Amino acid sequence: MKKIVILGAGTAGTMMANHLKHELKHDEWDITIIDERKEHHYQPGYLFLPFDIYAPEDIIKSITEFIPKGVHFINKRIEKVVPTSNTIQLADGDTIAYDILIIATGAKIAPEETEGMKGTEWHQSVFDFYTFEGALALRNKLRDWKGGRLVVHITEMPIKCPVAPLEFSFLADSYFKHKNMRDKVQITFVTPLSGAFTKPKSTEALEHLLQEKHIDIVSDFAIQEVDNANKKIIDYSGKEVPFDLLVTVPTNKGDELMARSGLGDDLNYVPTNRATLQSKNYENIFVIGDASNIPASKAGSVAHFEAEILTENILRYMKDEPLKEKFDGHANCFIETGNGKALLIDFNYTHEPVEGSFPFPGVGPLRLLKESRMNHMGKLAFRWIYWNMLLKGTHIPFVSATMQEAGKYFD
Amino acid sequence: METQLANTTVDVNEEGYLTNFAQWTPAVAEAIAKDLNITLTPRHWEVIQYLQNEYKNESPLSIRKIGKSGVVDIKEFYQLFPNAPLKAATKIAGIPKPASCI
Repeated sequence: MKKIVILGAGTAGTMMANHLKHELKHDEWDITIIDERKEHHYQPGYLFLPFDIYAPEDIIKSITEFIPKGVHFINKRIEKVVPTSNTIQLADGDTIAYDILIIATGAKIAPEETEGMKGTEWHQSVFDFYTFEGALALRNKLRDWKGGRLVVHITEMPIKCPVAPLEFSFLADSYFKHKNMRDKVQITFVTPLSGAFTKPKSTEALEHLLQEKHIDIVSDFAIQEVDNANKKIIDYSGKEVPFDLLVTVPTNKGDELMARSGLGDDLNYVPTNRATLQSKNYENIFVIGDASNIPASKAGSVAHFEAEILTENILRYMKDEPLKEKFDGHANCFIETGNGKALLIDFNYTHEPVEGSFPFPGVGPLRLLKESRMNHMGKLAFRWIYWNMLLKGTHIPFVSATMQEAGKYFD
Repeated sequence: METQLANTTVDVNEEGYLTNFAQWTPAVAEAIAKDLNITLTPRHWEVIQYLQNEYKNESPLSIRKIGKSGVVDIKEFYQLFPNAPLKAATKIAGIPKPASCI
Protein backbone atom coordinates (compact mmCIF):
# COMPACT_ATOMS: atom_id res chain seq x y z
CA MET A 1 0.00 0.00 0.00
CA LYS A 2 1.41 3.39 -1.01
CA LYS A 3 0.86 6.57 0.96
CA ILE A 4 -0.14 10.04 -0.11
CA VAL A 5 -0.05 12.66 2.63
CA ILE A 6 -1.68 16.10 2.54
CA LEU A 7 -0.44 18.80 4.93
CA GLY A 8 -3.20 21.22 5.87
CA ALA A 9 -6.99 20.70 5.88
CA GLY A 10 -7.97 24.19 4.77
CA THR A 11 -9.60 25.03 1.44
CA ALA A 12 -6.91 23.55 -0.83
CA GLY A 13 -6.02 20.49 1.29
CA THR A 14 -9.65 19.50 1.86
CA MET A 15 -10.43 19.79 -1.86
CA MET A 16 -7.44 17.59 -2.69
CA ALA A 17 -8.54 14.96 -0.15
CA ASN A 18 -11.95 14.83 -1.83
CA HIS A 19 -10.58 14.71 -5.38
CA LEU A 20 -8.06 11.98 -4.55
CA LYS A 21 -10.55 9.90 -2.57
CA HIS A 22 -12.71 9.90 -5.66
CA GLU A 23 -9.88 9.03 -8.08
CA LEU A 24 -7.65 6.56 -6.22
CA LYS A 25 -8.26 2.87 -5.57
CA HIS A 26 -8.54 2.37 -1.83
CA ASP A 27 -6.56 -0.87 -1.87
CA GLU A 28 -3.64 0.83 -3.66
CA TRP A 29 -3.34 4.23 -2.05
CA ASP A 30 -3.75 5.30 1.54
CA ILE A 31 -4.69 8.99 1.87
CA THR A 32 -3.80 10.89 5.05
CA ILE A 33 -4.44 14.54 5.85
CA ILE A 34 -2.77 16.28 8.78
CA ASP A 35 -3.90 19.50 10.48
CA GLU A 36 -3.69 20.60 14.10
CA ARG A 37 -6.85 22.74 13.96
CA LYS A 38 -10.36 21.66 14.96
CA GLU A 39 -12.27 24.18 12.86
CA HIS A 40 -12.59 24.97 9.18
CA HIS A 41 -13.08 28.69 8.56
CA TYR A 42 -14.71 30.19 5.46
CA GLN A 43 -12.01 32.82 5.07
CA PRO A 44 -13.88 35.09 2.61
CA GLY A 45 -16.39 35.55 5.46
CA TYR A 46 -13.83 37.47 7.53
CA LEU A 47 -14.56 40.46 5.27
CA PHE A 48 -18.24 40.50 6.27
CA LEU A 49 -17.87 39.82 9.99
CA PRO A 50 -16.69 43.35 10.97
CA PHE A 51 -19.82 44.85 9.37
CA ASP A 52 -22.27 42.47 11.06
CA ILE A 53 -23.23 41.00 7.66
CA TYR A 54 -22.09 37.53 8.73
CA ALA A 55 -22.12 36.10 12.23
CA PRO A 56 -19.36 33.80 13.52
CA GLU A 57 -21.50 30.69 12.96
CA ASP A 58 -21.73 31.49 9.24
CA ILE A 59 -17.98 31.20 8.96
CA ILE A 60 -16.96 28.31 11.20
CA LYS A 61 -17.63 24.59 10.83
CA SER A 62 -15.93 21.48 12.14
CA ILE A 63 -12.81 20.55 10.19
CA THR A 64 -13.80 16.87 10.07
CA GLU A 65 -17.15 17.59 8.43
CA PHE A 66 -15.50 18.03 5.03
CA ILE A 67 -12.90 15.28 5.16
CA PRO A 68 -14.26 12.31 3.21
CA LYS A 69 -14.75 8.89 4.76
CA GLY A 70 -11.80 6.63 4.19
CA VAL A 71 -9.26 9.45 4.41
CA HIS A 72 -7.20 9.33 7.61
CA PHE A 73 -7.29 12.59 9.52
CA ILE A 74 -4.45 13.22 11.96
CA ASN A 75 -5.38 16.09 14.26
CA LYS A 76 -1.85 16.89 15.45
CA ARG A 77 0.79 19.54 15.12
CA ILE A 78 3.49 18.93 12.53
CA GLU A 79 7.04 19.49 13.68
CA LYS A 80 8.93 19.01 10.45
CA VAL A 81 8.95 17.63 6.93
CA VAL A 82 12.11 15.67 6.13
CA PRO A 83 12.04 15.50 2.31
CA THR A 84 15.31 13.57 2.10
CA SER A 85 13.75 10.61 3.92
CA ASN A 86 10.14 11.16 2.73
CA THR A 87 8.84 11.48 6.27
CA ILE A 88 6.83 13.87 8.44
CA GLN A 89 7.74 14.31 12.10
CA LEU A 90 4.80 15.15 14.34
CA ALA A 91 5.19 17.27 17.46
CA ASP A 92 4.32 14.28 19.68
CA GLY A 93 7.26 12.32 18.28
CA ASP A 94 5.37 10.13 15.77
CA THR A 95 6.75 9.75 12.27
CA ILE A 96 4.63 9.39 9.12
CA ALA A 97 6.15 8.17 5.86
CA TYR A 98 4.89 9.23 2.44
CA ASP A 99 5.38 8.34 -1.21
CA ILE A 100 3.76 11.56 -2.41
CA LEU A 101 3.35 14.74 -0.36
CA ILE A 102 0.94 17.60 -1.02
CA ILE A 103 1.67 20.84 0.79
CA ALA A 104 -1.47 22.90 1.45
CA THR A 105 -0.44 24.80 4.56
CA GLY A 106 -1.60 28.19 3.32
CA ALA A 107 -0.46 31.67 4.28
CA LYS A 108 -1.06 33.74 7.39
CA ILE A 109 -0.48 37.25 8.63
CA ALA A 110 2.80 38.22 10.29
CA PRO A 111 2.23 41.61 11.96
CA GLU A 112 5.50 41.18 13.87
CA GLU A 113 7.33 41.87 10.57
CA THR A 114 6.48 45.58 10.86
CA GLU A 115 7.87 47.66 13.70
CA GLY A 116 5.15 48.71 16.14
CA MET A 117 2.30 46.93 14.35
CA LYS A 118 1.71 44.48 17.16
CA GLY A 119 2.27 47.25 19.70
CA THR A 120 0.12 48.72 22.48
CA GLU A 121 -2.66 49.70 20.04
CA TRP A 122 -3.04 46.18 18.55
CA HIS A 123 -6.73 45.30 18.67
CA GLN A 124 -7.34 48.66 20.40
CA SER A 125 -7.13 51.01 17.42
CA VAL A 126 -5.00 48.83 15.12
CA PHE A 127 -6.83 45.80 13.65
CA ASP A 128 -6.45 43.10 11.07
CA PHE A 129 -9.39 41.32 9.45
CA TYR A 130 -7.43 38.38 8.04
CA THR A 131 -7.93 36.30 11.20
CA PHE A 132 -11.17 35.38 12.93
CA GLU A 133 -9.98 37.06 16.15
CA GLY A 134 -9.04 40.24 14.30
CA ALA A 135 -12.31 40.44 12.35
CA LEU A 136 -14.36 39.82 15.49
CA ALA A 137 -12.45 42.41 17.56
CA LEU A 138 -12.95 44.88 14.72
CA ARG A 139 -16.69 44.17 14.62
CA ASN A 140 -16.94 44.99 18.29
CA LYS A 141 -14.91 48.16 17.81
CA LEU A 142 -17.00 49.34 14.84
CA ARG A 143 -20.28 48.73 16.63
CA ASP A 144 -19.74 51.74 18.87
CA TRP A 145 -17.04 53.71 17.08
CA LYS A 146 -17.88 57.40 16.99
CA GLY A 147 -16.01 58.15 13.77
CA GLY A 148 -12.75 59.83 12.78
CA ARG A 149 -9.97 58.85 10.43
CA LEU A 150 -10.30 55.27 9.18
CA VAL A 151 -7.16 54.10 7.39
CA VAL A 152 -7.30 50.84 5.41
CA HIS A 153 -3.76 49.70 4.74
CA ILE A 154 -1.78 47.02 2.87
CA THR A 155 1.71 46.36 4.22
CA GLU A 156 3.33 44.55 1.30
CA MET A 157 2.46 42.20 -1.55
CA PRO A 158 1.73 39.37 -2.01
CA ILE A 159 -1.33 39.05 0.23
CA LYS A 160 -4.23 36.65 0.31
CA CYS A 161 -7.20 37.91 -1.67
CA PRO A 162 -5.55 41.12 -2.95
CA VAL A 163 -8.93 42.79 -3.51
CA ALA A 164 -10.16 42.32 0.08
CA PRO A 165 -8.71 45.61 1.40
CA LEU A 166 -10.52 47.52 -1.34
CA GLU A 167 -13.73 45.64 -0.61
CA PHE A 168 -13.28 46.52 3.05
CA SER A 169 -13.06 50.22 2.12
CA PHE A 170 -16.21 50.02 -0.05
CA LEU A 171 -18.16 48.12 2.59
CA ALA A 172 -17.03 50.62 5.25
CA ASP A 173 -18.41 53.47 3.13
CA SER A 174 -21.71 51.63 2.84
CA TYR A 175 -21.77 50.65 6.55
CA PHE A 176 -21.24 54.19 7.82
CA LYS A 177 -23.84 55.54 5.39
CA HIS A 178 -26.39 53.15 6.80
CA LYS A 179 -25.47 54.21 10.30
CA ASN A 180 -25.99 57.84 9.22
CA MET A 181 -22.47 58.77 10.19
CA ARG A 182 -20.57 58.77 6.88
CA ASP A 183 -19.89 62.52 7.36
CA LYS A 184 -18.05 61.72 10.58
CA VAL A 185 -15.70 59.23 8.94
CA GLN A 186 -12.80 60.02 6.65
CA ILE A 187 -11.69 56.88 4.76
CA THR A 188 -8.17 56.60 3.34
CA PHE A 189 -6.83 53.62 1.39
CA VAL A 190 -3.05 53.23 1.75
CA THR A 191 -1.18 50.85 -0.56
CA PRO A 192 2.42 49.95 -1.47
CA LEU A 193 1.27 49.67 -5.10
CA SER A 194 1.17 52.60 -7.51
CA GLY A 195 -2.60 52.44 -7.75
CA ALA A 196 -5.70 50.71 -6.41
CA PHE A 197 -4.83 47.32 -7.93
CA THR A 198 -2.03 45.53 -9.71
CA LYS A 199 -3.58 45.32 -13.16
CA PRO A 200 -4.17 48.52 -15.22
CA LYS A 201 -7.77 48.00 -16.42
CA SER A 202 -9.18 47.02 -13.06
CA THR A 203 -7.16 49.77 -11.37
CA GLU A 204 -8.96 52.28 -13.56
CA ALA A 205 -12.39 50.89 -12.69
CA LEU A 206 -11.59 50.60 -8.99
CA GLU A 207 -10.06 54.07 -8.66
CA HIS A 208 -13.21 55.46 -10.21
CA LEU A 209 -15.25 53.71 -7.52
CA LEU A 210 -12.94 55.01 -4.76
CA GLN A 211 -13.48 58.53 -6.03
CA GLU A 212 -17.24 58.08 -6.28
CA LYS A 213 -17.31 56.91 -2.65
CA HIS A 214 -15.03 59.72 -1.44
CA ILE A 215 -12.28 57.38 -0.37
CA ASP A 216 -8.81 58.95 -0.58
CA ILE A 217 -5.93 56.89 -1.87
CA VAL A 218 -2.27 57.11 -0.81
CA SER A 219 -0.13 54.96 -3.13
CA ASP A 220 3.56 53.90 -3.22
CA PHE A 221 3.53 53.75 0.58
CA ALA A 222 6.15 51.31 1.93
CA ILE A 223 5.49 51.20 5.65
CA GLN A 224 8.43 51.45 8.04
CA GLU A 225 6.54 51.56 11.35
CA VAL A 226 3.29 52.02 13.22
CA ASP A 227 3.70 54.87 15.70
CA ASN A 228 1.39 53.78 18.54
CA ALA A 229 1.85 56.89 20.70
CA ASN A 230 0.97 59.38 17.96
CA LYS A 231 -1.37 57.06 16.04
CA LYS A 232 0.16 57.31 12.62
CA ILE A 233 1.86 55.08 10.08
CA ILE A 234 5.19 56.22 8.68
CA ASP A 235 6.85 55.03 5.48
CA TYR A 236 10.54 54.77 4.55
CA SER A 237 10.51 58.07 2.70
CA GLY A 238 9.12 59.85 5.78
CA LYS A 239 5.49 60.07 4.54
CA GLU A 240 3.02 59.94 7.44
CA VAL A 241 -0.67 59.01 7.54
CA PRO A 242 -2.48 59.69 10.82
CA PHE A 243 -5.33 57.42 11.94
CA ASP A 244 -7.96 57.02 14.63
CA LEU A 245 -8.70 53.51 13.44
CA LEU A 246 -6.15 51.53 11.41
CA VAL A 247 -7.31 48.42 9.58
CA THR A 248 -4.17 46.87 8.21
CA VAL A 249 -3.30 43.81 6.18
CA PRO A 250 0.04 42.78 7.68
CA THR A 251 2.77 41.01 5.72
CA ASN A 252 1.53 37.55 4.67
CA LYS A 253 3.85 34.57 5.03
CA GLY A 254 3.72 30.87 4.37
CA ASP A 255 3.60 28.51 7.34
CA GLU A 256 6.55 28.52 9.76
CA LEU A 257 6.70 24.74 9.18
CA MET A 258 8.24 25.44 5.76
CA ALA A 259 11.08 27.38 7.42
CA ARG A 260 11.63 24.59 9.97
CA SER A 261 11.77 22.07 7.13
CA GLY A 262 14.01 24.16 4.86
CA LEU A 263 11.33 24.10 2.16
CA GLY A 264 10.38 27.79 1.89
CA ASP A 265 11.74 31.02 0.41
CA ASP A 266 12.28 34.21 2.45
CA LEU A 267 8.51 34.48 3.01
CA ASN A 268 8.13 30.72 3.70
CA TYR A 269 6.48 30.07 0.32
CA VAL A 270 7.49 26.83 -1.39
CA PRO A 271 9.21 27.25 -4.78
CA THR A 272 6.78 25.61 -7.21
CA ASN A 273 6.47 25.09 -10.95
CA ARG A 274 3.71 27.52 -11.94
CA ALA A 275 2.26 25.30 -14.68
CA THR A 276 2.53 21.78 -13.15
CA LEU A 277 2.33 22.64 -9.40
CA GLN A 278 5.21 20.27 -8.64
CA SER A 279 7.72 21.63 -6.13
CA LYS A 280 10.95 22.75 -7.74
CA ASN A 281 13.22 20.83 -5.38
CA TYR A 282 11.53 17.45 -4.83
CA GLU A 283 9.65 15.61 -7.55
CA ASN A 284 7.33 13.76 -5.15
CA ILE A 285 6.22 16.99 -3.42
CA PHE A 286 3.38 19.05 -4.88
CA VAL A 287 2.09 22.40 -3.67
CA ILE A 288 -1.40 23.87 -3.87
CA GLY A 289 -3.06 27.11 -2.78
CA ASP A 290 -1.50 29.96 -0.83
CA ALA A 291 1.51 27.86 0.27
CA SER A 292 3.24 28.08 -3.12
CA ASN A 293 5.31 30.93 -4.56
CA ILE A 294 3.62 30.92 -7.99
CA PRO A 295 2.67 34.38 -9.28
CA ALA A 296 -1.09 33.75 -9.11
CA SER A 297 -3.58 35.33 -6.71
CA LYS A 298 -3.72 33.80 -3.25
CA ALA A 299 -7.44 33.08 -3.47
CA GLY A 300 -9.84 30.20 -2.98
CA SER A 301 -10.85 30.22 -6.65
CA VAL A 302 -7.22 29.73 -7.63
CA ALA A 303 -6.91 26.75 -5.25
CA HIS A 304 -10.11 25.34 -6.76
CA PHE A 305 -8.78 25.57 -10.34
CA GLU A 306 -5.39 24.26 -9.23
CA ALA A 307 -7.01 21.26 -7.53
CA GLU A 308 -8.53 19.99 -10.79
CA ILE A 309 -5.18 20.26 -12.57
CA LEU A 310 -3.08 18.97 -9.68
CA THR A 311 -5.29 15.89 -9.38
CA GLU A 312 -4.65 15.08 -13.04
CA ASN A 313 -0.92 15.62 -12.59
CA ILE A 314 -0.70 13.45 -9.50
CA LEU A 315 -2.46 10.64 -11.36
CA ARG A 316 0.09 11.07 -14.16
CA TYR A 317 2.97 11.09 -11.69
CA MET A 318 1.69 7.82 -10.18
CA LYS A 319 1.75 6.25 -13.65
CA ASP A 320 5.21 7.67 -14.46
CA GLU A 321 3.74 9.83 -17.20
CA PRO A 322 5.02 13.36 -17.90
CA LEU A 323 3.14 16.11 -16.03
CA LYS A 324 0.90 18.50 -17.95
CA GLU A 325 1.96 22.15 -17.89
CA LYS A 326 -1.61 23.22 -17.72
CA PHE A 327 -2.21 25.70 -14.90
CA ASP A 328 -2.57 29.20 -16.37
CA GLY A 329 -2.95 31.22 -13.16
CA HIS A 330 -6.73 31.39 -13.54
CA ALA A 331 -8.45 33.43 -10.82
CA ASN A 332 -12.06 34.51 -10.51
CA CYS A 333 -13.00 36.98 -7.81
CA PHE A 334 -16.09 38.86 -6.77
CA ILE A 335 -15.32 42.35 -5.48
CA GLU A 336 -17.94 43.72 -3.09
CA THR A 337 -18.46 47.39 -3.83
CA GLY A 338 -21.04 48.17 -1.13
CA ASN A 339 -24.78 48.97 -1.25
CA GLY A 340 -25.63 45.46 -2.43
CA LYS A 341 -23.47 45.52 -5.53
CA ALA A 342 -20.34 43.76 -6.63
CA LEU A 343 -17.85 43.53 -9.49
CA LEU A 344 -16.56 40.28 -10.92
CA ILE A 345 -13.05 39.80 -12.32
CA ASP A 346 -11.66 36.81 -14.22
CA PHE A 347 -7.97 36.67 -15.17
CA ASN A 348 -4.82 34.54 -15.46
CA TYR A 349 -1.02 34.82 -15.76
CA THR A 350 -1.22 36.50 -19.16
CA HIS A 351 -4.60 38.22 -19.33
CA GLU A 352 -5.57 41.01 -16.97
CA PRO A 353 -9.22 41.38 -15.92
CA VAL A 354 -11.29 42.96 -18.67
CA GLU A 355 -14.95 43.65 -19.36
CA GLY A 356 -17.22 40.95 -20.74
CA SER A 357 -19.75 38.37 -19.61
CA PHE A 358 -19.41 35.29 -17.40
CA PRO A 359 -19.63 32.32 -17.49
CA PHE A 360 -21.49 32.25 -20.84
CA PRO A 361 -19.80 34.32 -23.57
CA GLY A 362 -22.04 37.20 -24.61
CA VAL A 363 -24.81 36.13 -22.22
CA GLY A 364 -23.63 36.31 -18.65
CA PRO A 365 -25.61 36.48 -16.45
CA LEU A 366 -22.65 37.96 -14.61
CA ARG A 367 -20.88 41.03 -15.98
CA LEU A 368 -17.11 41.32 -15.74
CA LEU A 369 -15.56 44.48 -14.32
CA LYS A 370 -18.96 46.18 -13.99
CA GLU A 371 -20.88 46.84 -10.80
CA SER A 372 -24.15 44.92 -10.55
CA ARG A 373 -26.59 43.43 -8.05
CA MET A 374 -26.37 40.09 -9.80
CA ASN A 375 -22.64 39.96 -9.06
CA HIS A 376 -23.39 40.66 -5.39
CA MET A 377 -25.88 37.81 -5.32
CA GLY A 378 -23.15 35.68 -6.84
CA LYS A 379 -20.79 36.60 -4.04
CA LEU A 380 -23.34 35.74 -1.36
CA ALA A 381 -24.28 32.49 -3.11
CA PHE A 382 -20.63 31.63 -3.12
CA ARG A 383 -20.66 30.79 0.58
CA TRP A 384 -23.15 28.01 -0.12
CA ILE A 385 -21.10 26.85 -3.09
CA TYR A 386 -18.00 26.83 -0.91
CA TRP A 387 -19.42 24.60 1.82
CA ASN A 388 -21.47 22.36 -0.47
CA MET A 389 -19.50 22.07 -3.71
CA LEU A 390 -16.05 23.60 -3.62
CA LEU A 391 -14.64 21.74 -0.61
CA LYS A 392 -16.12 18.49 -1.84
CA GLY A 393 -14.29 18.89 -5.12
CA THR A 394 -17.50 19.04 -7.14
CA HIS A 395 -16.88 20.65 -10.51
CA ILE A 396 -18.68 23.99 -10.72
CA PRO A 397 -20.80 23.86 -13.88
CA PHE A 398 -19.64 26.03 -16.80
CA VAL A 399 -16.53 27.31 -15.00
CA SER A 400 -13.36 25.75 -16.39
CA ALA A 401 -10.04 25.39 -14.58
CA THR A 402 -8.24 27.32 -17.30
CA MET A 403 -9.49 30.75 -18.28
CA GLN A 404 -11.90 31.08 -21.17
CA GLU A 405 -11.16 33.89 -23.62
CA ALA A 406 -14.48 34.04 -25.48
CA GLY A 407 -16.94 36.74 -24.39
CA LYS A 408 -14.20 39.02 -23.09
CA TYR A 409 -13.16 42.34 -24.54
CA PHE A 410 -9.39 42.29 -24.91
CA ASP A 411 -8.26 45.26 -27.04
CA MET B 1 9.03 52.94 -29.29
CA GLU B 2 12.42 54.52 -29.84
CA THR B 3 13.93 57.44 -28.01
CA GLN B 4 17.27 59.26 -27.85
CA LEU B 5 19.25 58.88 -24.63
CA ALA B 6 22.88 59.92 -24.24
CA ASN B 7 23.17 60.36 -28.03
CA THR B 8 22.09 56.78 -28.76
CA THR B 9 18.78 55.37 -29.90
CA VAL B 10 17.18 52.99 -27.41
CA ASP B 11 13.86 51.13 -27.30
CA VAL B 12 11.60 52.03 -24.38
CA ASN B 13 8.04 51.28 -23.31
CA GLU B 14 5.37 53.90 -22.65
CA GLU B 15 6.70 54.44 -19.14
CA GLY B 16 10.25 54.97 -20.32
CA TYR B 17 11.70 51.61 -19.25
CA LEU B 18 14.26 50.08 -21.60
CA THR B 19 12.81 47.11 -23.46
CA ASN B 20 16.17 45.76 -24.61
CA PHE B 21 18.74 45.44 -21.84
CA ALA B 22 21.54 45.05 -24.42
CA GLN B 23 21.10 48.76 -25.23
CA TRP B 24 21.89 49.80 -21.67
CA THR B 25 25.15 51.65 -21.03
CA PRO B 26 26.34 53.65 -18.01
CA ALA B 27 25.77 56.78 -20.10
CA VAL B 28 22.14 55.76 -20.71
CA ALA B 29 21.79 55.23 -16.95
CA GLU B 30 23.16 58.73 -16.31
CA ALA B 31 20.64 60.18 -18.77
CA ILE B 32 17.65 58.41 -17.17
CA ALA B 33 18.86 59.38 -13.69
CA LYS B 34 19.15 63.03 -14.74
CA ASP B 35 15.56 62.89 -15.91
CA LEU B 36 14.58 61.71 -12.44
CA ASN B 37 16.71 64.40 -10.76
CA ILE B 38 19.08 61.81 -9.32
CA THR B 39 22.87 62.25 -9.41
CA LEU B 40 24.54 58.86 -9.47
CA THR B 41 27.18 58.23 -6.79
CA PRO B 42 29.31 55.10 -6.23
CA ARG B 43 26.58 53.83 -3.84
CA HIS B 44 23.98 54.17 -6.58
CA TRP B 45 26.17 52.13 -8.92
CA GLU B 46 26.51 49.34 -6.36
CA VAL B 47 22.74 49.10 -6.08
CA ILE B 48 22.30 49.23 -9.87
CA GLN B 49 24.77 46.40 -10.29
CA TYR B 50 22.97 44.33 -7.66
CA LEU B 51 19.61 44.88 -9.41
CA GLN B 52 21.03 43.92 -12.78
CA ASN B 53 22.50 40.73 -11.34
CA GLU B 54 19.19 39.78 -9.78
CA TYR B 55 17.51 40.46 -13.13
CA LYS B 56 19.98 38.18 -14.93
CA ASN B 57 19.29 35.49 -12.32
CA GLU B 58 15.54 35.90 -13.04
CA SER B 59 14.99 36.53 -9.37
CA PRO B 60 11.90 38.69 -8.67
CA LEU B 61 12.64 42.01 -6.97
CA SER B 62 10.84 43.55 -4.03
CA ILE B 63 11.62 46.25 -1.47
CA ARG B 64 11.77 43.54 1.22
CA LYS B 65 14.35 41.58 -0.75
CA ILE B 66 16.53 44.62 -1.33
CA GLY B 67 16.39 45.40 2.40
CA LYS B 68 17.72 41.93 3.13
CA SER B 69 20.28 41.93 0.32
CA GLY B 70 23.17 43.23 2.41
CA VAL B 71 23.86 45.74 -0.38
CA VAL B 72 21.68 48.54 0.96
CA ASP B 73 19.05 48.85 3.70
CA ILE B 74 15.60 50.17 2.90
CA LYS B 75 16.21 53.56 4.53
CA GLU B 76 19.27 54.21 2.41
CA PHE B 77 17.54 52.82 -0.69
CA TYR B 78 14.90 55.55 -0.23
CA GLN B 79 17.58 58.18 0.27
CA LEU B 80 19.39 57.13 -2.92
CA PHE B 81 16.24 56.85 -5.06
CA PRO B 82 13.56 59.03 -3.42
CA ASN B 83 9.77 58.45 -3.52
CA ALA B 84 9.35 55.17 -5.39
CA PRO B 85 12.87 53.73 -5.19
CA LEU B 86 12.27 50.36 -6.80
CA LYS B 87 10.63 51.94 -9.82
CA ALA B 88 13.35 54.58 -10.22
CA ALA B 89 16.26 52.21 -9.60
CA THR B 90 15.06 49.57 -12.05
CA LYS B 91 14.46 52.24 -14.69
CA ILE B 92 18.02 53.53 -14.31
CA ALA B 93 19.36 49.96 -14.29
CA GLY B 94 17.67 49.36 -17.64
CA ILE B 95 15.60 46.42 -16.41
CA PRO B 96 11.79 45.96 -16.37
CA LYS B 97 9.67 47.57 -13.67
CA PRO B 98 9.02 44.77 -11.16
CA ALA B 99 5.53 43.39 -11.54
CA SER B 100 3.89 43.19 -8.15
CA CYS B 101 2.50 39.80 -7.36
CA ILE B 102 -1.24 39.65 -7.00
